[in-house]
Order: sequence, then C-alpha cells, then structure tokens
Amino acid sequence: MLKSIKVKEPFKFCTRLHLSELTGLRATTLGQLLAFIKEVPGSCIYHHTHRFLQQHQYLSPEPPNDFAYWVTDILGEDELGERLVSIDTIQYSTIRDLREKIASTIEDYLKNSSFAKLKFARSGEEFHFIKSVSFILPTTYIAYDLNEFVEVLKKITIDSIYFHIFEARLRLEKPTNDFAFWIENSLGDKGLADNISSFDPYTSTLEGLRNKIIQIVERRVAG
Amino acid sequence: MVKIEEYVSLVGQAVIDDLRLLGERLKGKVVQHINSTPVGGGVAEILNRMVPLLRELEVDTKWDVIKGGEQFFEVTKKFHNALHGRLEEITKRDFEIFMETSQQNIEGVDTYGDIVFIHDPQPIALIKKKASNKWLWRCHIDVSDPNLRVWEFLMDFIVRYDSAVFSAPSFSRKLPIRQFLIPPSIDPLSDKNKELPQETIDSVLRKYGIKKDKPIVMQVSRFDRLKDPVGVIDAYLQVKKYIDCQLILAGGTAEDDPEGFKVLEEVKEKAKNDSDIHILLLPQNDIEVNALQRASDIIVQKSLKEGFGLTVAEALWKGKPVVASNVGGIPLQIKHKYSGLLCHSVEGASFAIKQLLGSPAYSKKLGENGKEHIKNNFLITRHLRDYMLLFFSLYHPEDIVRLC
Repeated sequence: MLKSIKVKEPFKFCTRLHLSELTGLRATTLGQLLAFIKEVPGSCIYHHTHRFLQQHQYLSPEPPNDFAYWVTDILGEDELGERLVSIDTIQYSTIRDLREKIASTIEDYLKNSSFAKLKFARSGEEFHFIKSVSFILPTTYIAYDLNEFVEVLKKITIDSIYFHIFEARLRLEKPTNDFAFWIENSLGDKGLADNISSFDPYTSTLEGLRNKIIQIVERRVAG
Repeated sequence: MVKIEEYVSLVGQAVIDDLRLLGERLKGKVVQHINSTPVGGGVAEILNRMVPLLRELEVDTKWDVIKGGEQFFEVTKKFHNALHGRLEEITKRDFEIFMETSQQNIEGVDTYGDIVFIHDPQPIALIKKKASNKWLWRCHIDVSDPNLRVWEFLMDFIVRYDSAVFSAPSFSRKLPIRQFLIPPSIDPLSDKNKELPQETIDSVLRKYGIKKDKPIVMQVSRFDRLKDPVGVIDAYLQVKKYIDCQLILAGGTAEDDPEGFKVLEEVKEKAKNDSDIHILLLPQNDIEVNALQRASDIIVQKSLKEGFGLTVAEALWKGKPVVASNVGGIPLQIKHKYSGLLCHSVEGASFAIKQLLGSPAYSKKLGENGKEHIKNNFLITRHLRDYMLLFFSLYHPEDIVRLC
C-alpha cells in the first residue's frame, strides 16, 4: 500500500557539480601536511576525503582519501596510511570533526615515529591542497511516492545521488542523508529510512550505492 | 558538425541534461574566447569543438584571434619553451617585441564579452583593457618549473585577471587571484577517438607494412626531445631481449621545427638496424593515428615534460594498457597499478612493458579501468561542464554555490 501513498511534500532531486580550486599550497613532509591540514579551509579537507568517490568510481572500496594514499604511496608510511584509511568517515557529522580526527591521527603517529618526520616527497610528488567548490542546482525530477522515487533513482546522475547521500549530510551538516530524511518525515516510514541510513556509503561505488538503495526501496514497495 | 545529443549514447542522458541546466542559467552572458591561432595546436583544436557545443547549450560564445607577425611568434615560442623549463636566451628586445605586438592588439581587438577568456601567454597583455567585465586566463602549459624571468614578466598581467586556470595541480603556485584546476579533454566522437571498423584498422596496418604477428608497442607524439622517442627505443630494446615484439613511433611532420627534424634523424639512426621498429610520419591524419592506437597492444608515453599528455587519455579511452612517465598531467589520468603503469626511467618503462606483455589479464583490467576513468573525468562533456561552472564562479566567491 505504501507505494500508492502520495505526499504533499515531494522529494525534489538536486544535483551537485563541482570545480576544483587550487590553493598553491603544497606539502613535502608529514609535518607540513599536518600543519596545512590544521589551517586550510574545510573545503580542502572535504575535497581530499571525498574526491575519489566521484573521480575513481571503479575503484571503491579503496582508496578512500588522498591523505592516506599520499602517506602510503609517496612517503612509504604504511602504518599511518592504514590508520588514515581506517578513519570511519560516516561517524563524523561535520568537516570540523573529521579534520580534527585526521590531524590527531597524524600527530599521534609522529610522536612515536621519529624517522617519519625526516621523510621527504621527491620533486613532482608533493601533496597539493585543493578546494572543492560545489554548485547545487535543482533538476527537473520530482517524486511524490516511492514508485516515482525509485524510477527517478534509476535515471538521475550519480552526482545527484552523491549530493543527497554525502554532501547534504557532511557538508551541509544535516542529521541524516536526504533520502532517509524525506522517507521518514514525509512518508512516515521510519523502518525504511533507517534501512537507507544504516549502511556505510563509503564502502560502495556510486553505482553500487544507487543499486543498493533501489533494491531496498523496491523490496519495501513489493512488500 | 557534431550535436550535443550525439554524446548521450556515451555519457548518458542525465549528463547532457545537467549541461543544459547550466547553459540555461548562463543565458544573457557573452563569453569571448581569445587565442593566437584559429587552426593548428591543441588550443585551437579544443576550441573548434567546444565553441559550437557551448552555443548549442545556449551559451552565447564568440571566438576571436589576436594578430602577430613572425617575430612575435618566435618570441612567444621562446616564452613557451622557457615556461616549460627549457634553457632559452630571452633578451630585452624579445620583451619589447612582445609588448609592441601586444599594444597593437590592445588597440585592435574589441574585448566586448561579459566574460573574456584568454588562452595562453600570447594574448595575455589584453588584460590592460579590463573594464567592469570578468577576465579569465587559461594556461595550457606545464609551468611547474618555469624560467622565472618570463614567469615574473607574465605575473604582472596574471594578477590583474579575476581567475586563472591550470591543467594540473603541480602547475599552480600561490597567486593573489583564484585559480582553478580544469584538465583538458578528448572528444570521443572525433576522428582520433571514434570507434573504427576492423577493416579500417587492418587497411592502415597494411598501408604501413605492419603485420600483427607479434605484439605492438606504440608511442604517438611529435619528434621532440621532451617526448623522449630515443628513450622509448631504449626501453623497447631492453624488452626485446626477452619478448619478441615490435615498436611503432608515430608523429606529425616537423616542417616548421628544425629541431624536430634533427630528433627524427637521431631516431632513424637509432632504429636503422631493427626492422621491427616502424617510424611513421602521419601529418594530421587522425583516422590513421586512431587505427594504429587500436591495433596496438601497449601504448607508451615516455615524456620528460608534458603540458597534459592527452595521448594518454586517447589510449585509455580505447581500453589500451598504458605505460607513461609520471610527469605533468599524466598522473591525473593514470593511477599507478589501477589504470596504467607510471614510470620514471627507461628501465622502469621497459620493466612495465614486460609486465604488461607477460600478463594479458592484468593488462586488460588496467585498460578497462583506464577507459572508465577517462569516461568519468576526461571527455569533452566534463570539460564543457567545468567551463560553465567556471563562468558561474566569477559571480560567486563562496565555496557552496546554490544556483536555484
């Protein structure tokens, strides 16, 4: 029956496109990396922890962030790389909190590993800090019920999925992702909302994520 | 003329819908591109394809070209080389020649655009005409290690722009203006990249007397020292000791480049005793380049310097495993061991080629990943989107822009 419920407040799909803004800041050592992580705009932290999701869609579930990749592959600090990779991004509701966790992970490691401070990236392999500039715009897709919702999910861009799952929660600091929020508050289906917000989206490709949400909603519609 | 709808089958309807959404919001703005030549060279090639598509997306796009004599372009060629980090003797007279021609262009070129989009150093001094309109400077050159005298000369102009655009993060440096990363792109529907029937590929191989009886390793590039064709032969010779293969070095003619002829002679001399090395001069024959890339088993780009290295994107788009130097924009296109192999030396290139020839399944996986990466990040549709977002950024200084 749920599939036939039409709500007054439809889900309006937006999309998020982004530009990469260069800062000219570059780090060659772990110490420099740490200092910049503490002072660069939040848009930089966001860029370097989320870029892979959109740019390397075929690589999931790794590598999740640029810091871990650089520390491991360029500086050869595998242990620190593993600690950075293991940061459970979904547990952090703001960029500020995520930044603090990344910085404290590097700081703790440096305290106990004096050789790590001495390592330099060779010329051309420095870490370049980049900011993510987001452009949010509404699409023409609207859903009044779960059937319409799932049909739109099948055809919107992965940028739109990305926006409603990742950016809305972390960058716009909403309590949950947009899909779960609408399903709980407009459709009144807390069970389905919990299902959609309970898995870790950082361990799927964006296409994998799309399929997972479609499956969950279709199962609910079928009933 | 290719229509925007023709890209739907490659990137999906929703991507094209997004482009249309952006185009609608730019209605009323005139975007004026200015560069130094209407034909020849990468900038003209990309503008020839992008300008009609932007117009179809309802962005009122114009394209103007500055004038310059032989002396001016000799100086700008020197600037180009010096910005790439090559040793060039730049005299006071060179700067005077640059400014004399620039002054004539300042007087002769109408900069009527709401957004004036200047490409590369040749027209950079037009910024002196800046009024209340917005100005962008697009640098297509690898300026990671520039000749400082030339760079500082250009900086006097760069700082007056609203924003600058670079192709790779390593080209950026601290600037008092906003700077954006927008890599170039390939057009999947162009003659150089479109699908080809097997008969076309076979006929091109027959034309050049190349048999498919042993694996083909190929590099496509100008005969230029920065592309290191001699180093490619060295790498091939090391591979050949263990795996019987053949090498194609294909590039454009070098009629206007005396050094190019010299490099070509060196390459021919180095290859003269090996009938499995094919040196091909392909003057602007995109279909033939396409066919040869598709016929190859491995594509190499062993450049010492690269503005971006779009031949890598071309190869990956064709699903080919690629071995390329870790320079310029190449690491943006290849993530080592995921979508290709990066190298730093002749030995590294040779080892990577051997690895790929000996592991067809691994090669196939790298090629598949590479094609997906190019589809998501380096096609002309992404480039169109980035340029339109760049135009919006001129009116929105914030990091989260709502275009509602």
